[in-house]
Amino acid sequence: MAKSIAQEFTKGLWAEIPPFRLVLGLCPTLAVTKSVETGIGMGIATTFVLVCSNLIISLLRKAIPKGVRIVCFIIVIATFVTVVELLMQAFAYPLFQKLGIFTPLIVVNCIILGRAEAFASKNNVVPSLADGFGIGVGFTLSLGALSVFREVLGNNTFTIPFEGTSFTEVLGSSFQPFTFMVEAPGAFVCLGLMLCIMNILGKK
Amino acid sequence: MTDYILLAISCIFVNNILLMQYLGNCPFLGVSKKMETAVGMAMAVVFVMVMAGAITWVTNIFLLKPYGFDKYLRTVAFILVIASLVQFVEMFLKKVIPVLYAGLGIFLPLITTNCAVMGVALILDKEEYSFLQGIVASFSYAVGFGLALILFAGIRERILLARVPKPLQDTAIGLVGAGMMSLAFFAFKGMA
Repeated sequence: MAKSIAQEFTKGLWAEIPPFRLVLGLCPTLAVTKSVETGIGMGIATTFVLVCSNLIISLLRKAIPKGVRIVCFIIVIATFVTVVELLMQAFAYPLFQKLGIFTPLIVVNCIILGRAEAFASKNNVVPSLADGFGIGVGFTLSLGALSVFREVLGNNTFTIPFEGTSFTEVLGSSFQPFTFMVEAPGAFVCLGLMLCIMNILGKK
Repeated sequence: MTDYILLAISCIFVNNILLMQYLGNCPFLGVSKKMETAVGMAMAVVFVMVMAGAITWVTNIFLLKPYGFDKYLRTVAFILVIASLVQFVEMFLKKVIPVLYAGLGIFLPLITTNCAVMGVALILDKEEYSFLQGIVASFSYAVGFGLALILFAGIRERILLARVPKPLQDTAIGLVGAGMMSLAFFAFKGMA
């Protein structure tokens, strides 16, 4: 049993890492990876919602009627998104302002509803928690990787999450920031190329 | 009048919801492989987004704001309104206009988790639009979504004929293509 729980956790880190393997939840991936801080912050917020909603849904899975399950899942998820919103307003207000409408939009992140439907509604509490946590950490890692890439190339800076300090001129003062990377087109191209790299690595 | 035209242009092109605001990307990549599905999805989104914009505006101004619920019930209320609206539209179309239902049917449930719809509701709240402005804005955002989706489906049909390196195939090349399109729409920023 212990082994399989570890497996549920680690599959989120490589075999099913979102958004690369499961091509879901692209909107936050593209929108909040302008800087490392927002990327990681979004990842942590999503992980919290994912773990909590997986927990509640797997507890309630026998009580929820089949026909209205999607609506029930959405209500559970929306509740936790509201919790995250209020927590962020209280403890991380600058981050909350930077994320803007993307904090309430966690509710329509397909990864969360996808995990609720595909995993938590069919499994016990402990595997569901492991699954939610694994996928959440995987999502945070992907967002982190993408945002490091975009921020360093596009702005020539590197922000340490939650510390407020940032390194400037990471690539040396002669490096001309590649502004394209922090704008919308760069987000799409960057994610496409990362997906390509993941495909190459996954082959082996 | 000019205000509304400017608002519409800014929502369709300058702040295009797909390519500039990064909303609704899952259906964007999911249904853009074929022209017919893209057109169906675009029409369904126009239909639902205008109605959702109007109803969430009313909910927000008359039910949430006066009682101070908007601080903590907004997310739950909006998603419930949108989910039930989509269900209702689906049942209504099935009964009353079966032809339209046959065309839009499979796309309607997908729209519940289309973040563009929820996103527009939140943008209307954030920008504090009046009711009429809200309708114009949500219609224009939906048109912008449809425009980008249909153009992109055309590009993807061409990509199918090209020889793409193996690791880049499918979604990866789609994203790079979307990046190029976004770059084209980026030029509209000069208009603002």
